[in-house]
Amino acid sequence: MLVLTSVVTYYGSVQALKGISLHVNEGEIVALIGANGAGKTTTLKTISGLLAPRRGTITFRGRPVGGWSPEAIVRAGISQVPEGRQVFGPLTVKDNLLLGAYPLGWRDKRARLKENLERVHDLFPVLRERAQQPAATLSGGEQQMLAIGRALMAEPRFLLLDEPSLGLAPRPSRVIFNAIPVFRQRGLTVLLVEQNARAALQIADRAYVLETGRVVMEGLAQELLSQKEVQRAYLGRGYQQVWEE
Amino acid sequence: MPIWNPRIETMPRVDLEQLQLERLQVTANRAWEGVPFYRRRFEALGLMPEQIRSLDDLRQLPFTTKDDLRSGYPYDMFAVPLREVVRIHAPWGTTTTPTVAGYTRNDLQHWRELAARVLSAGGLTKDDVIQISFTYGLLTDAFGLHQGAEEIGASVIPVTAGAVEQQISIMQDFRTTALVGTPSYALQIAEALAEKGVPRTSLHLRWGMLGGEPWSQATRARIEAQLGISATDNYRISEIMGPGVSGECEEHKDGLHINEDHFLCEIVDPESGEVLAPGQTGELVITTLTKEALPVLRYRTRDLTSLNPEPCACGRTLARMARVSGRTDDMVIVGGVKISPAQIEAVLSGIEGLEPHCQVLVDRAGAVDRVEVQVEVSSGLLTGDMRHLLKTQNQLREKLEKTLGLAAEVKLVEARTLDRRRPRRILDRRKSNSGHPAQQ
Repeated sequence: MLVLTSVVTYYGSVQALKGISLHVNEGEIVALIGANGAGKTTTLKTISGLLAPRRGTITFRGRPVGGWSPEAIVRAGISQVPEGRQVFGPLTVKDNLLLGAYPLGWRDKRARLKENLERVHDLFPVLRERAQQPAATLSGGEQQMLAIGRALMAEPRFLLLDEPSLGLAPRPSRVIFNAIPVFRQRGLTVLLVEQNARAALQIADRAYVLETGRVVMEGLAQELLSQKEVQRAYLGRGYQQVWEE
Repeated sequence: MPIWNPRIETMPRVDLEQLQLERLQVTANRAWEGVPFYRRRFEALGLMPEQIRSLDDLRQLPFTTKDDLRSGYPYDMFAVPLREVVRIHAPWGTTTTPTVAGYTRNDLQHWRELAARVLSAGGLTKDDVIQISFTYGLLTDAFGLHQGAEEIGASVIPVTAGAVEQQISIMQDFRTTALVGTPSYALQIAEALAEKGVPRTSLHLRWGMLGGEPWSQATRARIEAQLGISATDNYRISEIMGPGVSGECEEHKDGLHINEDHFLCEIVDPESGEVLAPGQTGELVITTLTKEALPVLRYRTRDLTSLNPEPCACGRTLARMARVSGRTDDMVIVGGVKISPAQIEAVLSGIEGLEPHCQVLVDRAGAVDRVEVQVEVSSGLLTGDMRHLLKTQNQLREKLEKTLGLAAEVKLVEARTLDRRRPRRILDRRKSNSGHPAQQ
């Protein structure tokens, strides 16, 4: 469904992605793991259009989307849940969700708005309870659910999840991770970026491990879970330390 | 013949190539990072792994030869610490330093899966009783195929190589349906059965997967007829993994399906190193895509074959390689003529009374190259008319001259006197005898 071939992205003159190739098949949950600064968020931003690739191709459902504007990419069916949630604090939970439906055409909106809202509420019941509260008053976990719900309101086919568990306590973190496989049942495909490699690998089908802008490992999530090198990559330890254990 | 992994084995080529590119980049990155040998190679060329942007970019990398692997013996080419290596095989060559084959847990799991694919393509099912007659030990054939057969769920009898009589008894007692071993060994079993007067029908053999040495279509036809089995070919190379690299599908036996999601194959001209087009015969060069313990980039196998990327009628989209026709180092130039054992065997197969086993001796008498082709004859011919024997000898000599332009002496020898195990069937003695460098 989504294919990246040798994608190179720069931040100014710094080469953040050195040729990333990956693919996500329809219905899969694929995880992108790695230490801080490895290029995970950069990869998501390149896919969602916030950054343009300098080189390489990005194909979504057969169409080349590299270099498209973020709005165009959302309309094509890719939605991003950004790192750090970034909900609109002063607005109510309900308004946050409605804003998520902004990219949809007017005709679509009227028809499906109510239905989509209900589906998000079913997924995360707490959002129904807090519908009229300003988003800033929600706990970290609830804000994460709101951010995900907002992304779902755009009726994406493909969800880019950037560090959903960042800053969350174990319990809300688990709630979030348990919800992700549910998306798949609803026809969503997920590319998940996570520093919590273990949690990500437990729900993903396959994963890619990034290190300083390169893919250094790929395979079935099960295979990677048992790898010492994955621990090295996500904890950012150097070779020396791991081998001297 | 069920396809063991339909998702991979029937994958559209565009998806397969994306998978190959991803894995090639991972392998290049890890080799650069973790294998000093490859790091030096990259640095010597001023190459960074990110310059591999497409499958074609593989050509920028230099080859890895058997000598490179030998010089790294035992552990220098490993990309992981020894603690992560759970299996070590060391294929002992007939000459010189051995090379090592090491596997992590994931490598072993992949090996199992790939051996299962190849066995399944060849016809093995879980209802089979399979007898493995390769030597269990440091060589990779026995364990590799054993694991694959277990994965399929067949009943595996690890008989190992040994007395042919024992193999036959076990076949009778356990009603073995499948045989795995070398073609020579299969022929020995067939000969022993004939000698003992054991009727073929007393055995339950229906299938065989043979390999480990080059064997011609004529040999295959003989084995199939004499043992009453369907025999398929498979390709194994220990420096890369062992058996499971590629194998024929039993329905068509028209090329060996390569497990391309784990091995990236190229065909190159043995002299120039230039990459050749599909269909052209040259040296097989393999790059591992998933090996953790011992990733290998562009390994020169010295095996001659060609590639066919067309999908097979069996449904598999994995490219096929032709049956290995010979070795790059098994060819000689004699009197201006380049000859290989495969060519000679092709000439032999057309002549009645000759066994498909030959040995070629190249010598120099004075200033002239001298070639002697020793060929085994079937027992019928030896006990028959002397004139008939001479006639066959002349027939072969003439045919060699006419088809290959080779003026050779022909010596007919008794069956089973030539050493089957010798990998090189051309012995070039010119190097040691004269001061002239032999042309290889």
